[in-house]
Amino acid sequence: MADKLISHIPDGPLAEKWTKHKADIRVVSPNNKRKLDIIVVGTGLGGASAAASLGALGYNVKVFCISDSPRRAHSIAAQGGINAAKNYQNDNDSVYRLFYDTIKGGDYRSREANVYRLAEVSNKIIDLCVAQGIPFAREYGGLLANRSFGGVQVSRTFYARGQTGQQLLLGAYAEMNKEIARGTVKSYPRHEMLDLVIINGEAKGIITRNIETGEIERFGAHAVVLATGGYGNVYFLSTNAMNSNGSAAWQCYKKGAYFANPCFAQIHPTCIPVHGKQQCKLTLMSESLRNDGRIWVPKKKEDVAKLRNNQIKPSQIPEEDRDYYLERRYPAFGNLVPRDVASRAAKERCDAGYGVNETGLAVFLDFKTAIERLGKDVITDRYGNLFQMYQKITDSNPYEEPMMIYPAIHYTMGGLWVDYDLMTTIPGLYAIGECNFSDHGGNRLGASALMQGLADGYFILPYTIGDYLSHKIQEPKIDTNAPEFEEAEKKAKEKINKLLSIKGKKTVDELHKELGNLMWEYVGMARDEKGLKTVISKIEDLRQEFLKNVYVDGANDQFNQELEKALRLYDFFDIGELMAQDALNRKESCGGHFRTEMQTPEGETKRDDENYMYVAAWEYKGKGEDPELHKEPLKYENIKIAVRNYKD
Amino acid sequence: MNFTLKVWRQKNAKEKGRFETYHVKDIAEDTSFLEMMDILNEQLIHEDMDPVAVNKGCHSGPVSFDHDCREGICGACSLYINGHPHGPGALVTTCQLFMRNFKDGETITVEPWRSAAFPVVKDLVVNRNAFDQILQAGGFISINPGAVPDANAIPVPKEKADKSMDAASCIGCGACVASCKNGSAMLFVAARVSSLALLPQGRPEACRRAKAMVAKMDELGFGACTNTQACEAECPKGISVSNIARLNREFLSAKFKD
Repeated sequence: MADKLISHIPDGPLAEKWTKHKADIRVVSPNNKRKLDIIVVGTGLGGASAAASLGALGYNVKVFCISDSPRRAHSIAAQGGINAAKNYQNDNDSVYRLFYDTIKGGDYRSREANVYRLAEVSNKIIDLCVAQGIPFAREYGGLLANRSFGGVQVSRTFYARGQTGQQLLLGAYAEMNKEIARGTVKSYPRHEMLDLVIINGEAKGIITRNIETGEIERFGAHAVVLATGGYGNVYFLSTNAMNSNGSAAWQCYKKGAYFANPCFAQIHPTCIPVHGKQQCKLTLMSESLRNDGRIWVPKKKEDVAKLRNNQIKPSQIPEEDRDYYLERRYPAFGNLVPRDVASRAAKERCDAGYGVNETGLAVFLDFKTAIERLGKDVITDRYGNLFQMYQKITDSNPYEEPMMIYPAIHYTMGGLWVDYDLMTTIPGLYAIGECNFSDHGGNRLGASALMQGLADGYFILPYTIGDYLSHKIQEPKIDTNAPEFEEAEKKAKEKINKLLSIKGKKTVDELHKELGNLMWEYVGMARDEKGLKTVISKIEDLRQEFLKNVYVDGANDQFNQELEKALRLYDFFDIGELMAQDALNRKESCGGHFRTEMQTPEGETKRDDENYMYVAAWEYKGKGEDPELHKEPLKYENIKIAVRNYKD
Repeated sequence: MNFTLKVWRQKNAKEKGRFETYHVKDIAEDTSFLEMMDILNEQLIHEDMDPVAVNKGCHSGPVSFDHDCREGICGACSLYINGHPHGPGALVTTCQLFMRNFKDGETITVEPWRSAAFPVVKDLVVNRNAFDQILQAGGFISINPGAVPDANAIPVPKEKADKSMDAASCIGCGACVASCKNGSAMLFVAARVSSLALLPQGRPEACRRAKAMVAKMDELGFGACTNTQACEAECPKGISVSNIARLNREFLSAKFKD
């Protein structure tokens, strides 16, 4: 079945591939677009922008989300910004440089052609967003302002205070609302996708559960677009929203879509540290803070001890006794190294006993130098809402004392395997945004998630899906009474009834926390063969316990959040297991995937390009069977492969 | 810390609701309000597991409440705590409220948003679809992705962009409606109208937008604005009522042009 793994990357020079491809693919005429139905699942940046664009083109779009309004999708929480190669700062930025930084940032595990296209369309995103009325930050002259993010040496990030994701999502949501008003898009809030329906090998619809009433419904379409985000909540504690989950993508995997690089999960260096056992959510402090904040721990262990006992305040530690370890280790990039590098460096210091906070699991992010240099007002203007948020949560004033931060799970680079057209291995099923795997390799650079979600939704999928749909113009409306729909609905109902009937002794959250602890310990910031083998069997034990001993309160025919959580946790066991299997297979360190067996004497990641320069795409083989690994080799024709270097 | 909680329980939109009293113990002061609710729910689920206890008391399962990002930006959480939307304290959503803001031993009342336009779905969960409908009536700029000028072709004075951003930080939670004695959505509508009206890109449709959104708001059963300014006081994002003045100006000038 390896022949399914064809990336369909167009021939020709890198910079001309997308233009050439657009010229080669077919389009659908306006009167035929009206006859074609498309389902979009998810309303984050990818889903909302796709639904808006497809609606504007004239297709019949049905868009689904699990929250009470499409505007609540988790893209809303992205803080820092969105990258584009505008070169407005005249700092020698270019499409090529954005492309290069992204490939390098991803530790040479993403596709050249996809990433180049992403960089190429990035500028159009900014044009469109400004036209939508998104209030990006501006200079006094009235033109757009920029800032820097980790892993780059230019200022190419556009931002709207610390709420860029919110503003971009509200822009996409507004465009979608415009289409809802026009009648091309119909919105189904509080609907959760339970299964994908395949007829004759092609995606033809979905089964959903109405979250308010519990009703199981069927929806048919000529194509299905999945934009359901990542699976970071497998760790229980993450910066993801509470309801973010991997289940929709997972059903597609179980129906035959390959799942790529599941072990690539991003651990974000600047999150507010864990404070106790009752916590259920970690809060991110935007990477943009690293533009002006300096990261340090004490040089002396006696200062660490005094800090932990509250005998001194961090501001009392003199400059010479502070270890600005990122500036020390990575002089060229300093505090703006990529996320995976910054996270591991924090862990290294904490493991060596220099961590602060009562737990010893935190480092400082200090604005003292920046406030002295720029004044408090400038810092407030740049980061005011983040400082306010930090103070609300921790009860400590970051203008006076440094913030305390620690790495936390934030984003998953892995996801459904897609070809250059963003189509999965199931014809007619597309995956966009965080839900696919294609652009970020082993590590995503800051401010690139927003860029990718919108690039996919506004400028790539609306073109490529037309090529597929041009062959469907004579296909009638999908009949949801087809036996495939019957069967999928029956299975979904059986699963719900099974979960409700277990009536064991542990709550869904208790089991989810146990899974999260296992994942963080064995498939977190450092992984090794023994641990990965251990965790695979531990996950299996926990899954068995879940199936025998979970207690799901309530019934199906009602608003039932316990049932929602149980359905998602059911799949998180599988996702966690595949992540561990993938991590075990990948005997190299690259990006966020750190195998302790594979490191340099300085503790940096050690890739094995000879054996692992491929995308690991896993194929589901049935319950209890091992998944089959397919390899898509990565070819670098335009970039010279190198050891990632942020030191000089 | 220990608390007594009086929580609104309502099975669905049709049935009548009532308050139930619960006790939670040993809550750390750094616990957020929603984490405290999670703890309560775990407790209630464990009570449900014991059939004997369920037979004795009134079994109603864990408390349903909307929540998602838990960092104050998605606008999902919507609890009316001790008579205030999002509880005591200024400029916070429920998810950013911490138990250190309450007194040990305090009795805390928790209700859903109460407004004719936001029917209760279950317990503390309401249906805010009316907000989506208002935005669908005109809260957008009609453009096509293929035909937009370069981003820097439209200079916008920083001051205007900042003001637009102030208004655009609305999270659509509905606290303004819940705080208003008339159940008016004026602050919500004004925030969207203002953020677009302040920018040159928003001007071509400004008249149509203001009229359409106000008409939809009236149609959906929101009350009138009587300038009590409770909405601004309770808004977790500090959206100013000066936006309502701007909406009124936009609306009137649009009507004059008719």
